[in-house]
Amino acid sequence: MPNPMVFALVLVAAVVLFIWSAVRRFSLLRVGRPEDRFNDIPARIRDTLVYAFGQKRVVRKAFGFNHLLLFWSFLILLIANGEFILKGLNPAISFMSLPAVVHNPIYLIFDLVSLIVLLCVIIAAIRRIVKPPFPGALTADAYVILGMVAALMIAYFNLHGLELASGEMIALMPISSAVGGLFYSGITPVAAHPLITIWWWVHAIVLLGFLNYLPYSKHMHILSSIPNIYFKRFDHANTLPRETFVSDARFGVESVADLTWKDLLDSFSCTECGRCQMVCPANLTDKPLNPRQVIHDIKINLLENGPAMRKGAEPKLALIGGGGEGSITEDQVWSCTSCGACMEVCPVFIEQMPKILQIRRNLVEAKADFPEELLNLFENMEQRSNPWGIAPSDRTKWCSLLDVKPFDEDCEYLFYVGCAGAFDSRNKQIALAMAMILDAAGISWGILGKEEMCCGDSARRLGNEYLFDQMAQANVELWEQKGVKKIITMCPHCFSTLKNDYRQYGFNGEVISHSEFIAELLTAGTLKLAEKVDLGKITFHDSCYLGRHNDIYEQPRSVISAATGRDPVEMKRNHSDSFCCGAGGGRMWMEEQLGTRINLERVREALDEDPDTVCVACPYCMTMFEDGLKDEHREMVNVRDIAEVVAMALPRQ
Amino acid sequence: MLVVACVKQVPDTTQVSIDPVTNTLVREGIPNIMNPFDTHALEEALRLKDAYGVRVVVVSMGPPNAEVTLRKALSLGADEAILLSDRAFGGADTLATSRVLAEAIKKLAEEDELALVICGKQTIDGDTAQVGPGIAVNVDLVPLTLVDKIIDLDLDNKSITVSRKLERRHEIVQAQLPALITVVREINRPRYPTVPMRLKAQETPVEIWNNESMGLDVNQIGLKGSPTAVRKIFSPEREPGEIIGDGTNDPVGTAQLLVDKLVSKELLHL
Repeated sequence: MPNPMVFALVLVAAVVLFIWSAVRRFSLLRVGRPEDRFNDIPARIRDTLVYAFGQKRVVRKAFGFNHLLLFWSFLILLIANGEFILKGLNPAISFMSLPAVVHNPIYLIFDLVSLIVLLCVIIAAIRRIVKPPFPGALTADAYVILGMVAALMIAYFNLHGLELASGEMIALMPISSAVGGLFYSGITPVAAHPLITIWWWVHAIVLLGFLNYLPYSKHMHILSSIPNIYFKRFDHANTLPRETFVSDARFGVESVADLTWKDLLDSFSCTECGRCQMVCPANLTDKPLNPRQVIHDIKINLLENGPAMRKGAEPKLALIGGGGEGSITEDQVWSCTSCGACMEVCPVFIEQMPKILQIRRNLVEAKADFPEELLNLFENMEQRSNPWGIAPSDRTKWCSLLDVKPFDEDCEYLFYVGCAGAFDSRNKQIALAMAMILDAAGISWGILGKEEMCCGDSARRLGNEYLFDQMAQANVELWEQKGVKKIITMCPHCFSTLKNDYRQYGFNGEVISHSEFIAELLTAGTLKLAEKVDLGKITFHDSCYLGRHNDIYEQPRSVISAATGRDPVEMKRNHSDSFCCGAGGGRMWMEEQLGTRINLERVREALDEDPDTVCVACPYCMTMFEDGLKDEHREMVNVRDIAEVVAMALPRQ
Repeated sequence: MLVVACVKQVPDTTQVSIDPVTNTLVREGIPNIMNPFDTHALEEALRLKDAYGVRVVVVSMGPPNAEVTLRKALSLGADEAILLSDRAFGGADTLATSRVLAEAIKKLAEEDELALVICGKQTIDGDTAQVGPGIAVNVDLVPLTLVDKIIDLDLDNKSITVSRKLERRHEIVQAQLPALITVVREINRPRYPTVPMRLKAQETPVEIWNNESMGLDVNQIGLKGSPTAVRKIFSPEREPGEIIGDGTNDPVGTAQLLVDKLVSKELLHL
């Protein structure tokens, strides 16, 4: 056994060093801006239990069970190591001093759990070689950690094997006994003693070394991910904050100082599991964006610039466009479709997408630096209040043959047609289908017609917050003036913007997606269908802004089932795992020059199911699917919005 | 050194119609924009500012609400904006308009050495392309119209070399400064205002000059000074085109016909 005095000195030195390292790192969070993540403590505790201690997202992937086992084993071994340290300081402190009926199960559990850890570590090491979680996952960092943990367990078994074999300790520890029997059978206490001391020190040094390695490695997540989950966001749509437009304000994120402390904590919490990049539509179509890399670059940038910035210095390493580690390129920033898949899978609730959009804000607002095709878009939205730049007087052309009522105080619902429904020739048919459905259900509704204005979704996702701010204010003011209380949308982008973003502008009316509304009409029996529509085999594509951003998954499916009499078949990726069509985040209006096309990737996935019809619930998805099917020479497969399917099933008049 | 960019606020003509009775544009409820050709004129002036540090002054003649358009020019980076606004200027044709603009430019040239005046080649509401050259004559500047590139600007030796985009050819011309150029869309890509610039522009005053300060002869300006009378505005009738080939039954042959046609019209070079 060690000299308690010597160990005490080593321990104090190691702990002081660890605290110094951890404090130094965590104090870098103060470079970030303040953000209130301290509300709703009960919900935070609940989610911490479910996602941190229950590892709910970790085990969504089969291999996550390995991590779950390790996590809980570590918690148990924290007790074992507590005893180890105390016993090193004072040999009298030991579970041995407890009655056998108590200490026997304790040592048995420690012994078995240590074996579990060793096996998990071996499996993890093999997995990284055989089937790495993402390309490039074979990092030295990962192996150093796995090696340290394995060494700790081996030292543990040898230490206790020696104690058991030499009779220094009597306990029910089958694994340690087996090690003792194998290597140290019949050893005398005198001969065992120096070996025990050696293994004891191996264990102690690896343990303290591990502790001090943590703050400098990706395994800092052991310290940061539980708080990161505790401080997670509850707003599922991840609505970006409003900006104030005063002359000395900063716009968007240019350096790590423009991020919030929580953004920076995110960067410390990444374990480089790679799940985000394996679901990212940009990354999977060979674009330069990799959400894991974005978070990593923020961390590297913070480590590089943070200490000097805390003293008031300007950052040396540019966060945007600098090239190399610690910098994010503009191509990465513009590749994001804001689909939210990265955030949906992150086991520790890192918020990748909002950071990317915040960087866009800086590029657009402070530097007017953006892909050239967006110039027209911004001017169209600003001057004509629609992305296409068509004259606002054409807003009612879709219903020129119908008798659609202008919205007034007698109308219960405003049907907010949206720019796609009003201006895009294919999507006008969805607006028509909606009008038929609303009339058939006897709903009191109207439209704003030529007075309707664009919601500004694309402006906000593309970082043109100044423009969005004006559009949102104008819309909310108009609705207040008109007495709008309930809004039905047919576009998930309008829907999410009105429902989530416009709350920031004081709009408190009810906003309902056409998926929800039609599903409810059918359930309530308000809308009666005459016949089942035969569209053959149908597969349904989840829109990101309906599904992941607003948790609406079942309603569009139930609408399809009700109208066709058969359930849609699911694509390989569906519901919250759904794969973006490529048009979100303003990408609808941009050229896709890097990598392969996102919509083709999704269209091919749909075609794997051999459908006759692809159903969508979003005008952008409609465009992307129609284009993609043409590119694949599969125009025989129809694309239908759920409203069109229902309209076909309406009784003939 | 001074560069003046002339801009006009026009109705967004994609949204206007012509009143068949009065032969004028129906402007009611139609949003106003900066004449698209003038956005290129301003951009070119701003590029000269970036490259040579010249002072850029934007001048516009119009009603008081044209201040919005001038503020946009300020948000893009113009140093000063001057609105020439007076009831006496109203109803002006291109000649009377160019007299007022010319007078303003002369006044500006008294305080600072004028290098260049830049105008859009025409406006989208009037489409005459006369105001630019009209200013040049009134101020006595060399008029260089339809410029699609400033090849060289030598402020020390007071010379400018430009490329003029004419029908099916380009003309490279050199002239003495001060000169006036009118620009086509191909010359540049206008920039987008940053938010700090927009905010700053909101606090920058737009100077308003009326005829009291400019002192022009009232018979030379406005409706009185305008010899032009518009008798009729109409959309020209188009001769119907011809349908060539049979795309449904012979897509390859029809495509070839189209290519041949384009080549014969010199619209396509193989």
